[in-house]
Amino acid sequence: MPEKTIEERVREIIVEQLGVTADQVTPEAKFIEDLGADSLDTVELVMALEEEFGNEIPDEQAEKLQSVGDVIKYVEDTQKK
Amino acid sequence: MAPAIDKAARRTQAAFFFVARNSTDRRVVITGLGVVSSLGQTTDAFWKNVLDGKCGIHTISSFDPSAFDCKIAAEVKDFDPSPAFPNPKEIRRTDRFTQFSVFAAHHALLDSGVDLEKVNRDEVGVFLGSGIGGLRTTADQHGILLSKGPGRLSPFMIPMLILNMASGLFAMYQNLRGPNLATCSACATATHALGEAWRTIKMGDASMIFAGGSEAAVIPLGIGGFCAMRALSTRNDDPQHASRPFDRDRDGFVMGEGAGVLVLEELEHARARGARIYAEMTGYGNTADASHITAPSPGGEGAARCMRMALRSAGLNPADISYINAHGTSTPQGDIAETQAIKTVFGEGAKKIAVSSTKGATGHMLGAAGAVEMILCVKAIQCGVVPPTINLENPDPECDLDYVPGAAREMKVSAVVNNSFGFGGHNASVIAVKFNG
Repeated sequence: MPEKTIEERVREIIVEQLGVTADQVTPEAKFIEDLGADSLDTVELVMALEEEFGNEIPDEQAEKLQSVGDVIKYVEDTQKK
Repeated sequence: MAPAIDKAARRTQAAFFFVARNSTDRRVVITGLGVVSSLGQTTDAFWKNVLDGKCGIHTISSFDPSAFDCKIAAEVKDFDPSPAFPNPKEIRRTDRFTQFSVFAAHHALLDSGVDLEKVNRDEVGVFLGSGIGGLRTTADQHGILLSKGPGRLSPFMIPMLILNMASGLFAMYQNLRGPNLATCSACATATHALGEAWRTIKMGDASMIFAGGSEAAVIPLGIGGFCAMRALSTRNDDPQHASRPFDRDRDGFVMGEGAGVLVLEELEHARARGARIYAEMTGYGNTADASHITAPSPGGEGAARCMRMALRSAGLNPADISYINAHGTSTPQGDIAETQAIKTVFGEGAKKIAVSSTKGATGHMLGAAGAVEMILCVKAIQCGVVPPTINLENPDPECDLDYVPGAAREMKVSAVVNNSFGFGGHNASVIAVKFNG
């Protein structure tokens, strides 16, 4: 089986954490407006991403991650380093 | 300006009069039941199993109990809370005790047949307590704190573990905006919830309240803590006979888990919607031993005052009571103290009353016990049969009442007392009677 891409891993975490369906998790989808997340959900989501990708996401950075696409891009950028 | 003040004063006076009249006139009936237990997750299954003398106690299966002095409990198995929750995310954010409570409240709601669209939701309340609350969440998160550090603690830890969250969430799910609180008085929790709900409806502050309690402490930390107190039975080789209230060979209680919720409703509100009325709730007693953190006061003095207070508020004489659902946890001291208290209150008549403890069957469900046992009381009134005390083979010489040993008994049940006593010296008794229009 081919290794999962970063995008696939991010989308799986979002589906699990926010209790939404995979087809809702489009790159444009915003966590609070479109996926029904509240402030506690976003904190937990950031923690789950940190667990999965093994790096710390600083608070000031986390605040900027408002859509699925933001997260995918951020993780791809940081994983390259 | 003077006339305006007079007018306001007159209004205040009138309001006081209105409340006073309401508090005496308003009657409270029970119109819905919901339960989660080791002996069933519907009221019908639970009632049948208790009447049949079944026991929900087995070797603990949810974790390996081999290191613990007590290896047995009455666990809830194959529990799926999803019918009571709006979505899976909500379930993931709740402790097991909240899942039990919300599930039982959901079933009580369905059982009551009320259409919430047709009632004033500002007058519908929720009083769901817990003895301990989210112990599982506390233990899990403490493990994370130690292994991964504070940065990995869940943002949901506090909302999950605080024991009022079941009341809060059920109100949110059903948009119930009336009086809302969570009682916490150890093993008397749910009976206090019923009593306070009864009083709130009588005072005119609610027309309907979902009242009860829940517990989910069958985890290593919970079992270990009660083991350390030497409170639990260690009859590990014979779990089905370990909880034996009033028997001379009893050696402690057995932990149970689950929840019980009853719908209490103002009589005219229930009548207006054509509700099925199970029974009328008429009395409530609430006293403190002020004696010891865990042991009952000598002679069951606090419990006796509590039953007397309940009788007084119900306007009943001791001779009017046909059945007592005892706290009867199967501890050496507690069962004797309660027996003494019953004799103090009921005198010569004590031996004519059917007294049973259903904890032989359910284990001790702690903060859920009072509500789960009230459901049995209500069914006893409705069906004319009282549940047995199982495993009572050789009565303790100091326990000499009619405990309905071994088998359920058909009899006329006109008025019942339901007792619950908690660590901290809390006593609660409530009274229900057959509804006679």
